[in-house]
Amino acid sequence: MPMIKQRLLPIFTVVAAIITIWYAGAIFLNAPFEYQTAARADQQISFAEVLPKTMAQQRPVLPAPHQVAQEIWKTTGAMVMRGRAFSNRSLINHAWVTLSATLLGFVLGTALGILLAVGIVHSKVMAKSVMPWVITSQTIPILAIAPMIIVVLASIGLTGLMPKSLISMYLSFFPVTVGMVKGLKSPEVMHMDLMHTYSASRSQTFWKLRWPSSLPYLFTSMKIGIAASLVGAIVGELPTGAVAGLGARLLAGSYYGQTVQIWSALIIAAICAGLLVTLIGIIGDQVNRRMGIREASN
Amino acid sequence: MTVISAASLNLTFETNDGPVHALSDINLDVQKGEFVSLIGPSGCGKTTLLRVIADLEKPTGGAITVEGTTPENARLNRAYGYVFQASALFPWRTIADNVALPLEVMGLTQAERQKRVTENLKLVDLEGFEKKFPWQLSGGMQQRASIARALAVQPDMLLMDEPFGALDEIVRDHLNVQLLKLWKETGKTIVFVTHSIPEAVYLSTKIVVMSPRPGRIHEIIDCDLGEDRPLEVRETTKFLKIAQRVRDGLAAGHAYD
Repeated sequence: MPMIKQRLLPIFTVVAAIITIWYAGAIFLNAPFEYQTAARADQQISFAEVLPKTMAQQRPVLPAPHQVAQEIWKTTGAMVMRGRAFSNRSLINHAWVTLSATLLGFVLGTALGILLAVGIVHSKVMAKSVMPWVITSQTIPILAIAPMIIVVLASIGLTGLMPKSLISMYLSFFPVTVGMVKGLKSPEVMHMDLMHTYSASRSQTFWKLRWPSSLPYLFTSMKIGIAASLVGAIVGELPTGAVAGLGARLLAGSYYGQTVQIWSALIIAAICAGLLVTLIGIIGDQVNRRMGIREASN
Repeated sequence: MTVISAASLNLTFETNDGPVHALSDINLDVQKGEFVSLIGPSGCGKTTLLRVIADLEKPTGGAITVEGTTPENARLNRAYGYVFQASALFPWRTIADNVALPLEVMGLTQAERQKRVTENLKLVDLEGFEKKFPWQLSGGMQQRASIARALAVQPDMLLMDEPFGALDEIVRDHLNVQLLKLWKETGKTIVFVTHSIPEAVYLSTKIVVMSPRPGRIHEIIDCDLGEDRPLEVRETTKFLKIAQRVRDGLAAGHAYD
């Protein structure tokens, strides 16, 4: 019990602080609209009258937390209860569209990242020729090339899931490559010497030493990779003309000034990212435990 | 039978601060079944010499044969087992799996691996620890496991690089007794790097005193304490005399400068 108290108390404190700041921000940012409206109608309005109005606007600058919560409930839980979980208006449906592209892109990105790292670690030529391009690829703003990728792929008949996943992959392979290059190089000199005294082949050294040594690095970089994947999938949805997905909701929301809708989509995206990162963390812990690695004290 | 033979062996490392003469004109013969200690201060090249024998370093001059062939061929023939300063156990493998590691590399069957793991863990008194992970064992036990791993290859030679250097004296004494027993039982040739004079005298049949800058052999001292060496042999006059000779040799080789 004290464990739970110890763990939950800090979390709730931070959440409470965020919500407080959020409400304060909503009041501060939405109040000018109310004063202007009143002024245009030649009315005097007190702060006490303004206060509730700032939290119930149709298109607030910053929607209040409960407005966002209501919108999320309306587009998730309430729709599930009406048996319409996967209707076009359901955020669950949109989240799933984004998540499927995220997961596919993440799997592809992780695979590409590992392959590149294996090549870079084993070949000096690859380290010199490929690594600069890997780094350059990440200096290009994804927003600039995402539409190109969509357009180019559409012209060869690839639409829907695949183009978005490729953008996801583009963002998520990088942390995996960098992490795995470090991970595959992490064995101690002594361990490498040991394999040499056994006259172990390169592939034996890889599977028995380099690969297991790199796993903690893999999971750390996968956590970053999956968050990047989600961003990639959302960005990939923006140029498709707002058909479906969290990105589409964000775009549609901004077209029509539906700030509540934008914030709902943002919160759902954040929750998805949190869940995905946690999931990778749990898998990583399981793998570490099976590998007999002593847990950090907690 | 000569198992290791070095003649005018030289090794120079090229570093940013210029060449470092790690081994200079090394002449050394090791006979089958001998227990040879290499002793000297840091920088005398004792570890480098061991690494040359193990084909972990390539000499830049002179000749060396191991079991009548090049160190590389000897390594490929799995002529030796190497024990490092630290146990170098893989933390993600159990003790049994660690001992089985070289056997997997050799491509032995599961049954043969199992047999050799059991045999060699018994030899170092680690029965019952098969399923433990390295961190669950004390430093001394870890080093014993790494000796079992080296023995599992069934090499004719053991090359040991300050294997007990990181352990406290009580554990070290215990392991010295065990190592001597193991040496007597198996009849293996052992080349042992140390910077402890009592350890070298207690264990060896031959002590190679080395000196630094450039790394060279100063003196080779025979250590004829006989087959049977209880720990108490260290209080005998004969033991102390040999120890004194080693100390004199180190001093004459400028080890204490």
